[in-house]
Amino acid sequence: MSESNKSPIRKRPRVAVVKFASCDGCQLSILNLEDDLLALGAAIDIAYFPEASSDMQAGPYDIAFVEGSITCPEDLPRVLELRQQTTTLITIGACATSGGIQALRNWSDIEAFKRAVYPNPEYIQSLSTSTPISEHVTVDYELWGCPIDKQQLLGVLTDLLQGVKPHIPRHSVCLDCKRQGHVCVLVAKGLPCLGPVTRTGCGAICPSMGRDCYGCFGPAEHDSARPPGVPPNTASLAQQFHQHLQLIPVEMVRRFRGINGSVQPFQEESHAWESK
Amino acid sequence: MSSGSVQTLPLQLFLREDFPQLLQTLKQLGYQTLGPVLSQGAIQWKAITTPEDFPIDWKDQQEPGSYRLEPDPSPRYFNIVHGPESLKPLTFAPRETLLVLDHQNNTFSAKDIQPDTTPTAILGVRACDLAGLGIQDQIFLHGTYPDPYYQQRRENLFLIAVNCTRAHATCFCASMETGPKAQQGFDLSLTEADEDFLIEAGSVKGLKVLDQLTSSIASEERIKEDEERIGACAASQTRSLPKANLPAALYEAHDHPRWDHVAARCLSCTNCTMVCPTCFCHGVEETPSLDFQQSEHTRVWDSCFTPDHGYIHGKNFRPTTKDRYRMWLTHKLAAWIDQFGTSGCVGCGRCIAWCPVGIDLTEEVQALSQPPL
Amino acid sequence: MTLNPYLIHPATIVERKQESTDIVTFRLQLTDPALQESFRFEAGQFNMLYVFGVGEVAISIVSDPDEPGFLDHTIRIVGRVTQILGHMQIGESVGVRGPFGQGWPMKEAKGKDVLIVTGGLGCAPVVGAIEYIFQRRGEYGAMTILHGVKTPHDLLYRERYDAWRHQPNTKVLLTSDEPGKTWHSHVGVVTELFDDLELEPDNTLVMMCGPEIMMRVACNVLTHQGLRPDSMYVSLERHMECGIGLCGHCQLGPFFLCKDGPVMRLDRVMPFMGKVGV
Repeated sequence: MSESNKSPIRKRPRVAVVKFASCDGCQLSILNLEDDLLALGAAIDIAYFPEASSDMQAGPYDIAFVEGSITCPEDLPRVLELRQQTTTLITIGACATSGGIQALRNWSDIEAFKRAVYPNPEYIQSLSTSTPISEHVTVDYELWGCPIDKQQLLGVLTDLLQGVKPHIPRHSVCLDCKRQGHVCVLVAKGLPCLGPVTRTGCGAICPSMGRDCYGCFGPAEHDSARPPGVPPNTASLAQQFHQHLQLIPVEMVRRFRGINGSVQPFQEESHAWESK
Repeated sequence: MSSGSVQTLPLQLFLREDFPQLLQTLKQLGYQTLGPVLSQGAIQWKAITTPEDFPIDWKDQQEPGSYRLEPDPSPRYFNIVHGPESLKPLTFAPRETLLVLDHQNNTFSAKDIQPDTTPTAILGVRACDLAGLGIQDQIFLHGTYPDPYYQQRRENLFLIAVNCTRAHATCFCASMETGPKAQQGFDLSLTEADEDFLIEAGSVKGLKVLDQLTSSIASEERIKEDEERIGACAASQTRSLPKANLPAALYEAHDHPRWDHVAARCLSCTNCTMVCPTCFCHGVEETPSLDFQQSEHTRVWDSCFTPDHGYIHGKNFRPTTKDRYRMWLTHKLAAWIDQFGTSGCVGCGRCIAWCPVGIDLTEEVQALSQPPL
Repeated sequence: MTLNPYLIHPATIVERKQESTDIVTFRLQLTDPALQESFRFEAGQFNMLYVFGVGEVAISIVSDPDEPGFLDHTIRIVGRVTQILGHMQIGESVGVRGPFGQGWPMKEAKGKDVLIVTGGLGCAPVVGAIEYIFQRRGEYGAMTILHGVKTPHDLLYRERYDAWRHQPNTKVLLTSDEPGKTWHSHVGVVTELFDDLELEPDNTLVMMCGPEIMMRVACNVLTHQGLRPDSMYVSLERHMECGIGLCGHCQLGPFFLCKDGPVMRLDRVMPFMGKVGV
């Protein structure tokens, strides 16, 4: 679907749901589409989805939803093979899209972890970093979130079924938070909410519960499958956290080094505060 | 719809102990009543059924980037000036399905969805909010294409204003000449004191309600006293927006270095546009069912701070935060005057208080009016 | 709701012409006979065209306003909606809302010489005006049509330009920024074509369509040649969601291009045209 002039998909597309290093939560989000599962089954041909069915058919696939990050040597040939077998490759979730929470290892010594956890660390084959799928193969679309939003996934599917380029909004969480009528938790409660610099898509779940957003949908306007928008102004927000909410540098590092800590805008902000 | 020129009764005094009469009368006349109710650390428009629903014992403190509720011993119902919501969400819904389209035999049919039109009384409307509503009326009702969804909601409103006797650090309605006293557009207006209210009707509908209440003619002294309290509220406002030379000054400031300065702070997060009583940008979302037999055509609030607002096939006319902030401020304070004959700002100060980093448009305008250093 | 400007009316594709790989012209007929009867538009106005389940897009009407029973639209496949629209076939249904906006000044142009300047790929909005004049050739003075493209490959409607060239009292000049083997016309930017024109500034009306920066430069050059800004008109483009001046996206300075435009008189819009970030 990377070309713009492709005519609509008329047949049921063959869909694969593939997993790398991840917790399976995003795949579960697909299975949680309870009301729509029957219609979904009629609209698409689920050819490969081990989490849901033991009938695992080989490629090629029209659409592949990819969960998880690249953390082991054997992941590399597997993701290349998948790319070759797939027309439209869509990453689902923070792990596949940004490296995920396990990318915190990128700041640490993986060998030390292995020694601490396993009695025989020499048998553990693990890369020193956790990296997003887009660092290894071309990704057509990205669905962010930990986990993804199932309605957003449905929207992408209905677009693809019609032959339309999916439009995945990338403005800040705040717009949808206010559309839903939530009071700003940053302004009214002084919580260090990352909503202003975080990409929309979750439905403003945390603010709707009176909690501050912790950025699980990644940086606003950031997308490795599309030309970038305005990099989110993390520096200005962090300054506000520091001066008015009295967050100290180490708290700021933790704030930005979370589920999407290895994505450039968040990574740079955490680095900036690490040296303060 | 409200109109401000039907005052036939002299100002009346309405006792606090009789306040429940107002709620009962509105109910008898078939209105659902919304008022300021404590919610999520602020106030929001929610159903009011008894006087206990009001946020008595609380007041708000607003500063750039900060809104806090504090305990307050005052017995008043309307001690909290305002929350993040103006009247906007009640007339111009944040999310509203306009049409449902059904696919049938190689074609389709479109059906419009009627908005909820329960007659609604709103208790505690501030002068700035009435001014904002007046501006939105002009946009949605008085153009070439009146918006039927807005119109139906608007026609069912009964507006009870409360004149402000307390201003925040963020308020500047006096300089915009929209407050602190509600001038027009209300059905009833109240000025609250500890023991009683001055009450006045602004429309025939309002008069009808006022007739049902136990009230007496207010003394000259009392009226003067309230005028003074309102005047003191105006005088206490520290912020202001210079009106002089405004459309031209901002158009001419297009290349002013101050835009870079504000862009370094601005988050492009859209909060200022969401809380603004007059911002009207919206987009349309299309949501088909999975079997493509039905599709919903839904209007949602949009903002000039999103990456898609200025985008048209391959080109973004406003790619940077600087472009977006300049678009917002120039539109609000300059282009608006050319478009609608009035400023798009009513001086409510919400964009200052609810900006996560406390950007203050009055300060920006001040800086932009100075020649670049 | 009696008058709902958001209501979408179904129409059938009755003719389809593939102009190039990514440009198609459709002839639409509204399904509702009463609406078919009452629908009127002016040259240069646009409709919001709707694709079921996908959304709407603003597209100018290029057919003759005196035959309002049919609505011709030329579509370039560039975005979400046109991606599907561009592949639709005769007999399929699209939605129509309109007509909206201010069209070309066909009345003001009467009796005058008309200079048409277009650039780039999108000259569709002005095709309706050109055809309008040729349908009423005697009512207008000399016609000059200038069209600039980036490369010879970008020239569309080649046969249309050839046909227009054969109209009485009409001059058609083409130019390409870059040369090409089969390109026999001028090479250079479109403003270079102005040098050879013998314009009567007081009796000429200009209609322009193309990239904003090209129009800005062209308007400057023409102003220096004595043309008055109030006799020059430009067709401008911005993102539009509603078409009725309410959604706020199409603003250019004080204008809503969907209701004050898309055709704007130059003297009104000049201060805002081609400005960065506006």
